[in-house]
Amino acid sequence: MWAWIQKFSSPKYFYGMSAKLIPWFALSALLIALYGLYLGFFVAPPDYQQGESYRIIFIHVPAAWMSMFVYVVMAVSAAIGLIWQIRLADVIAASSAPIGASFTFIALVTGSLWGKPMWGTYWVWDARLTSELILLFLYFGYMALQASIEDQRMADKASGLLAIVGVVNIPIIHYSVEWWNTLHQGATVTKFDKPSIHIDMLIPLLLMALAFKLFYLAMVLVRARNEALYRDRNRRWVRELVEKL
Amino acid sequence: MNGSEFSWSEFFAMGGYAFFVWWSYGLTLAVIVLNIVMPVVQRRKVIKRVKRAIRREQLQE
Amino acid sequence: MNKRSRRKMLVAMLVFGVGIATVLALTAFEENLLYFYSPTQIHAGEAPQNRTFRVGGLVVDGSVRREQGSLAVQFELTDNAEVVPVTFTGILPDLFREGQGIVAMGQIDSNGLFVADEVLAKHDENYMPPEVADALDAAHEAGKTGMPTTY
Repeated sequence: MWAWIQKFSSPKYFYGMSAKLIPWFALSALLIALYGLYLGFFVAPPDYQQGESYRIIFIHVPAAWMSMFVYVVMAVSAAIGLIWQIRLADVIAASSAPIGASFTFIALVTGSLWGKPMWGTYWVWDARLTSELILLFLYFGYMALQASIEDQRMADKASGLLAIVGVVNIPIIHYSVEWWNTLHQGATVTKFDKPSIHIDMLIPLLLMALAFKLFYLAMVLVRARNEALYRDRNRRWVRELVEKL
Repeated sequence: MNGSEFSWSEFFAMGGYAFFVWWSYGLTLAVIVLNIVMPVVQRRKVIKRVKRAIRREQLQE
Repeated sequence: MNKRSRRKMLVAMLVFGVGIATVLALTAFEENLLYFYSPTQIHAGEAPQNRTFRVGGLVVDGSVRREQGSLAVQFELTDNAEVVPVTFTGILPDLFREGQGIVAMGQIDSNGLFVADEVLAKHDENYMPPEVADALDAAHEAGKTGMPTTY
């Protein structure tokens, strides 16, 4: 069993396997995003209060969901890397960070552009916005630790620890709208009773969320392949592979 | 669109929210494109670096 | 300084920077939380004098009065228990309307009038087309259905 995991999770094996998956993830992400955007812009009706401006929801909410999902993936991978010394787990964690930071940035910027016309301000220090900003800092902290520590094992340990500690921020982001008096609205889709959104708006929202997730899968594999090459640059399989290119 | 005829100019106007909607989508697209381009550049860099290392070792032998 | 200690310095500075940023963010957030009062609390005299704070509530139906030829607007805010009169000069958010939940930031004057520097609108978590909202309102008024929150 252990030997099987070792073989399956070796960067060399991963490098070969992942190449076949990437085009499928990327293509389905593109097609689903195009269909989601079509439904979101041409089929979904305007909102009773917010008119056409609410259409920012189709990128804002999926980006915000992904910002948290990717963080959890990163922290769990880092933990696996720390505890079981599986090198591929550290590769996945390191490759997730810039993508997660991008989603967080998109969530913050689109939220800001949505807040200005509706709330009347680009930014407000309420619990939801503040905790999401801290998430961005956590990603930056992880990436900075990775970049600044020369010894790869030390870098993985230090940044992994930060990622694991930072997980406390995830439930804070999710429940911030319930625990504190926020300007940000409460949950629309993920509340326990029925989602309070019209079905024609909900379907494009879920499609865009699926497209973002597939995009993440494609991009984390692309980045992890680079990371595997870089980390194993002095090993034979990389030397042999590069000589053929 | 309230059952009335569809018009592109009306579509792009986004009910007066064009600035906010299109900047949101535009910046998102830019970030996504950047996320695709960066690993491609990175891959070239890594391969170049490994090739240089191989050449250096061959010269030393 | 050699390469290694320089790197350590960089890490230390970075951790310090992220720490400072987090503390600043939390402080700002804490302050907004602390200085948030409802109309009931203001009536009970709990709100501070000569200090900026926030008041949240619903805009009372029929209370909005705009001054001709200026951006000044007066309205009343309620938490369904007490009412606070508010005055504001400036551009209101698009969601500002009677019955809407809003947050105003400013100070209370000696007459109990809240002078707002900023008015922000809050929207709920419901998304639906106007026709559905109208239908729900009509049904609600006819007493046929309760909450328009789930569709």
